Amino acid sequence: MKNEGEELSTFDEVRSIASDILGVPAASLSAASAPATIENWDSVQHLNLVLALEEKFSLQLSPEEIDQMKTLGATAQLIDSKLQASPR
Amino acid sequence: MPHPKIAFCAILVWATANTEAMSSDHNPPNRRAEIEQHLADGKFDRASTALRELWRRETNSATAAFVATRLDQLRDQLPLTKFKLAFLRSFTVEPILPILRAEAFACGIDLEIHVGDFNTYVQDIVDADSSLYRFAPNAAILAVRAEDVAPDLTINFADRSPEAAQQAAARVARSYEQWVSSFRQHSQAALIIHALECPKPASLGVLDSQSESGQSGLIRQVNRELRRLASAQHGVYLLDYDALVARHGSEHWHDARKWQMARLPIAADHLLHMAREWIRFLVPLTGRTAKCLVVDLDNTLWGGIIGEDGMAGIKVSAEYPGAAFQALHRALLDLSRKGILLAISSKNNLDDAMEALEKHPGMLVRAKDFAAMRINWGDKTQNLREIADELNIGIDSLAFLDDNPFEREQVRAALPEITVIDISSNPLEYAAAVRDCPVFERLTLSAEDQQRTAMYAEQRQRSGAEQSFQTKEDFFRYLEQEADLEPVTDLTLARVAQLTQKTNQFNVTTRRYSEAQIAEMSKQRSWNIFSIKVRDRFGDHGLVGVAITRDEGEQCEIDTFLLSCRVIGRTVETALLAHIAKSATDRGCRRLVGWFLPTKKNAPARDFYRQHGFAEQQKNDAGTLWMLDLKSSTLSVPDWIKLNVTETATTR
Repeated sequence: MKNEGEELSTFDEVRSIASDILGVPAASLSAASAPATIENWDSVQHLNLVLALEEKFSLQLSPEEIDQMKTLGATAQLIDSKLQASPR
Repeated sequence: MPHPKIAFCAILVWATANTEAMSSDHNPPNRRAEIEQHLADGKFDRASTALRELWRRETNSATAAFVATRLDQLRDQLPLTKFKLAFLRSFTVEPILPILRAEAFACGIDLEIHVGDFNTYVQDIVDADSSLYRFAPNAAILAVRAEDVAPDLTINFADRSPEAAQQAAARVARSYEQWVSSFRQHSQAALIIHALECPKPASLGVLDSQSESGQSGLIRQVNRELRRLASAQHGVYLLDYDALVARHGSEHWHDARKWQMARLPIAADHLLHMAREWIRFLVPLTGRTAKCLVVDLDNTLWGGIIGEDGMAGIKVSAEYPGAAFQALHRALLDLSRKGILLAISSKNNLDDAMEALEKHPGMLVRAKDFAAMRINWGDKTQNLREIADELNIGIDSLAFLDDNPFEREQVRAALPEITVIDISSNPLEYAAAVRDCPVFERLTLSAEDQQRTAMYAEQRQRSGAEQSFQTKEDFFRYLEQEADLEPVTDLTLARVAQLTQKTNQFNVTTRRYSEAQIAEMSKQRSWNIFSIKVRDRFGDHGLVGVAITRDEGEQCEIDTFLLSCRVIGRTVETALLAHIAKSATDRGCRRLVGWFLPTKKNAPARDFYRQHGFAEQQKNDAGTLWMLDLKSSTLSVPDWIKLNVTETATTR
């Protein structure tokens, strides 16, 4: 299930996934993008986003961690810290 | 199956319109941009091909979201099979739906999905006016967790006396019976029921396995009742949920946190597997199945290359590494039992292949197990078309298994309707790849299904080889080949020499000449060097054949006769040989002779002289000498090749 292409940063990958899930161009997303700023980003899509991230990065997010995903930037940081704790 | 490089040479690229689909190294963003562009341009076929390719390469939740939304723009423009699917459920299925729609699309199915409310499945079924029946589905999936429909057998099991538990099991089975009956009163749609999952570990641990009335025993009892119920009714099917979970590992399948958060019991990694299990039912229900699997021989049905390794060298046996291939044979035989036909498309000499098929002791499949065969040096894409014709099935009913990824790409590009099975380079995984492929799933089995292969084998014996010859001629005419035949010139000298140095397969004597040698020979009166250039409806192949002859008295000997593998199997060699015969006759020769000197690689040329009416003159350790009496020869240029001949300025 790996994507092809060059190595991307965690934020790039998170943004790419969010672009697919939320149905908005990646270019329109930034670290500050949040449910408040993206119309499509409701609780249903939030779950879909969580699942896609778990699948992509092979990790499991706890309810508390999911709560911390307030922006795409915060999400990328969260994932990075989890990956550093146990590298994939 | 010959070496990949050789296979590459022998392939004719048919699909000029679909070459975009063959480009394999786009970055993910580029593929998406490409699809958006095709959609904007209204090029729906290209968008569809690119979308399928994207899904094939990036099979995950995020890409599924992208695919599903683009599908909305495409669905009415494509010849997909529309299918209305309803979910009756006790848990969250919504995150799985984009994946399900993408997988369905890959199988040629356009799904319209209706999801009932949580835990209203009973009301939805018994109420004649429910949203379920107003939706008028083609199929409904009853996806209910064991914990929800049978709490007494699962979460509350420890609190139940053995009698109460037994009664609970009977009650659950009866409930399903009533629901099925009620469903049938209101709808003739297919009904797919999730069987109950046994909790792991069982409520009482290993004690549970020691009797039939433990927790797992009772749940299995209910499932047996469900299976009986399904078999007694038309259009009711059981989905073995327990087996599905076990296959992927119960420990990783469940996600307790998502269950608490969102009533989603399945972990992110396994949403795809749930979707694929549903697809296994939707494919036979929509008829988007494969009716025939066409397999390659070398390195697919056995390890090694029969033309090079021989009977003693190919690997197919009960031990490693041949065991992997026997496992594949068993998978093929299982397909046969379901009424799926088997066929062969292989680049090989017919007798080599047939000998292995008929006589190799390790083979578990024999010639009689195959309903059609195309074993020749021709184009695989054409072979597949002919097989579909011969078996009287649509091209979209074929599946294709070949170890060579380049062959697979070619077929995928030329015949996008065919299901090309992706396999790794590890033969140990071949059998599983075949078994896993959803186009082979069936929900019913008839007497005809079980006898189908035998019927076809009989039919093949009756009609013989005439059928295939006629189709071949049509193919040759279709190609619209034009050839330029001329003596070697300064301009063609380099290419002619190069061909003598490079060509291994269709080369009767494999004599290597330098440019200087060719130049020297061409100056001598008794030597004639011809080159042939070929064009067809798909393009110009350039200079692809060389013949070098030497006159000695009344005899003209063919010193060299070779053809680039690009044009093998299209009668270009017949045209060149016919011209040599004619010009030899014109020069006063009575006999045309030529040696065939066998090498490891020139099997394709072995029968060349025999097939053109030459007689065996002599045989020794080096090879065989063939002779054609020019007076009685009927050799002629095939009429489907337009031959332009440039004679030499000087004649005898």
